Amino acid sequence: MRYAMAVDTKKCVGCSDCVVACQTENNVPIGYCRDWIVEVTDGTYPQLEIEIRSERCNHCANSPCVRCCPTGASHYAKGGVVLVTPHKCIGCGACIASCPYDARFPHPDGYVDKCTFCLHNRVEKGLNPACVSVCPTKCLYFGDLDDPNSPVSKVLKNRKNKTLIPEAGTNPHLFFLI
Amino acid sequence: MREEIITSGRMNHLIDPQLHIWHWHIPLYLFLGGLAAGILFFAALYTVLGKEKEYPTAVKIAPFLTPFLLMVGLLALLLDLNHKLYFWRLYTTIRLESPMSWGAWTLMVVTPLSIIWCALNIKTIFPKWDWKYKWLWELDKFFRKNLIIISWIMLIFSLILGVYTGILFSAFNARPLWNTSILGPLFLTSGLSTGAAAIVLMSKNKHERHTFARIDLMLIGIELFLIVHMFMGFLASTQVHIEAASLFLGGPYTTPFWLFVVTLGLATPALLEVLELKGFKMPVFIAPVLVIFGGLMFRFIIAYAGQASRWLY
Repeated sequence: MRYAMAVDTKKCVGCSDCVVACQTENNVPIGYCRDWIVEVTDGTYPQLEIEIRSERCNHCANSPCVRCCPTGASHYAKGGVVLVTPHKCIGCGACIASCPYDARFPHPDGYVDKCTFCLHNRVEKGLNPACVSVCPTKCLYFGDLDDPNSPVSKVLKNRKNKTLIPEAGTNPHLFFLI
Repeated sequence: MREEIITSGRMNHLIDPQLHIWHWHIPLYLFLGGLAAGILFFAALYTVLGKEKEYPTAVKIAPFLTPFLLMVGLLALLLDLNHKLYFWRLYTTIRLESPMSWGAWTLMVVTPLSIIWCALNIKTIFPKWDWKYKWLWELDKFFRKNLIIISWIMLIFSLILGVYTGILFSAFNARPLWNTSILGPLFLTSGLSTGAAAIVLMSKNKHERHTFARIDLMLIGIELFLIVHMFMGFLASTQVHIEAASLFLGGPYTTPFWLFVVTLGLATPALLEVLELKGFKMPVFIAPVLVIFGGLMFRFIIAYAGQASRWLY
């Protein structure tokens, strides 16, 4: 099993609903976010091109954060999801410095927090992650890459896609349809 | 033109707008760790070589600094943690892929060793010192009998400690400025150099002072060579590495790096040491103080500049 997510940059309008849904579902402390919207504008007027991406932890298969963690608090959970065990985390910041996507942040309680793909609170109950469920343009796809019939496998098979900074060698599992 | 903005207003504390997760604690600890590693290395080296009488300050006096240096460094590390009460989790596992993990274990070996070393030499500072309990006498006797073995262990672990201070940074490929394996040898050389400078500063023996001034001079030469090498490597590498190097070549860290580290911390003390060895009379403390200051600035600048360098996407 290998969980992954795909974001359709042609459908995403950058409404930030995914951000709010995540904050509500996961009790993210005020002022922090586990997912966010990036808007890229390319070219000079009037030849402009825009790409909107809903970003979060890439749940890399070769995660620098898991490698750098001195206590094993950062680990691979079911389906390759990268999680942090709060009572093992010492808050040293090594994983934060090691993440090329800056997807992690120190929780006000001291441990390091990040996107979990809603693994324990939703996915294990058969639901989609909060951001995927709530997206009004249905631009987020989630599922098991090993299952050819999962929404994410199907859309990745049919659409051109990319990952962010693949040259960092992290083998990310957050895909962007282009 | 390409413009990239986070429109959902991500402003995570210590991450945005630019990573600043590590403040003064980490560079201060790296400096103190490197300095302690340098002093312990020379103490162990001259014991193994059987030259304790020739270099008394290096072997018997300077190591008294190291337990304090290491403890202040460890305190800084503890203060840096965001989840302080869980610090003991470091010692419930050994993770070889994580430099911070084996660094923590190295400190667990080096700190007690530095204390043992001081206990064995306590009579040089307090000539009337007497161990009150019999078991302390026997422990003292046991360590003295195995002094060469202890020296070898300390020699190896002080080198590991010195290299580790650099490897801690170079393990992070997300920060291109740190992501060069040359930081390990560079920080080790800098640590040994500050250690030699501390010995010059403390020594009252002219022969010892001149030997360590010569050692320091050699280490400064190696350090300059490694710095040039580091920039050559960056400039011949990928776009993100070129931009990392440009932080020091015209970017915001140009003046602090070239003025405080290279000019004041390396070139000036090298020149002063050459002049002193040639027989010019000058205050002996200037060169070593500059070397130590340069070592401290070097850690701070690399720690802060590294967090400013990132991948583009």
